[in-house]
Amino acid sequence: MANPFKAFFMKLFSGLFRKKKHVKLGLYGPPNGGKTTLANRICQDWLGEDMGVVSNIAHETREIQIKEQISIKNEGGKELTFNLVDTPGIATKIDYEDFIKAGLAEKEAKVRAKEATKGIIDSIKWLDEMDTVIIVLDATLDPYSQVNITLIGNLAAREIPVVIVANKIDLKKANIKRVESAFPQYEVVGLSAKYGTNMDEFYDALFKHAS
Amino acid sequence: MLTLQFIPYTEIEDLSPARRVHKLIEVVKENKIVLLEGRLRKEEEADLIQITMEHITSKFKGIEIAVVNPEQKTDNVLKKLKLNMMSLVLGDRMGMTIIGPATVVREIKRNPSKIELYTVDDKRKRR
Repeated sequence: MANPFKAFFMKLFSGLFRKKKHVKLGLYGPPNGGKTTLANRICQDWLGEDMGVVSNIAHETREIQIKEQISIKNEGGKELTFNLVDTPGIATKIDYEDFIKAGLAEKEAKVRAKEATKGIIDSIKWLDEMDTVIIVLDATLDPYSQVNITLIGNLAAREIPVVIVANKIDLKKANIKRVESAFPQYEVVGLSAKYGTNMDEFYDALFKHAS
Repeated sequence: MLTLQFIPYTEIEDLSPARRVHKLIEVVKENKIVLLEGRLRKEEEADLIQITMEHITSKFKGIEIAVVNPEQKTDNVLKKLKLNMMSLVLGDRMGMTIIGPATVVREIKRNPSKIELYTVDDKRKRR
């Protein structure tokens, strides 16, 4: 009789005092902002491997991708472990003809469009699962789009910590200030996921908001 | 021909979130541009995107949406206070939401003082 009793209390107390093990860090944003490029950069930096396939054609990531147990360390020796969740880009419209213009065959374009719509639905459904979200924006584009506003507003309503990445700062048209002025209440980190520029500042922001 | 349909807030006020979103989508699917008095809640905006995705076909390619909210950009403290009071009284009735079918509306651009709606057929600006 004593053993099940003891096991019950052990389970109860270990559950109460255990640190949250599976922190989910979500990469969100519009298509082609560089979410998967950033995911690959993080995975290369800490695991030495890629996470997903990158393409110039929008909606390359059409399913939720998860890389589990990524541990990062800062200069002070502090460690942060998380499951990285790369999500399909969120958009309000999908036109298979855009994929044809980008070079895909009609059949392939239609399949991609269908998968992309499902991916967007999944991305939104997964919002509730996230502990911290990184919004990845293309810093060369106008950040003041309704998709970005809706996404950030939903995260605020759910009280999920947010860090905004102004990606592609290696490009001439990139404008970090424009992103900062669009979302003044959030920390904005300008970086180039492709070339790994300013990743230290990004990891500092992660320690600040995700741990 | 471009058709605009004004929907007063009273028309959606008593509907459930799901029915609100469906009502708007149905109008947009008729190739009309919706001018909704007020705005949807943040969660409803996300629902609108989700449900739009469920409706996408080779003919209906999605939506363009913009929410005009006067409380978003004001540095003046007195104006802010006034807007907060108005927001308290009017709630989600404040501002305006523009939703158009992506086959008609190419892009909606905005800055604090104006909204520019670009259509697919012609590239003239409509304000």
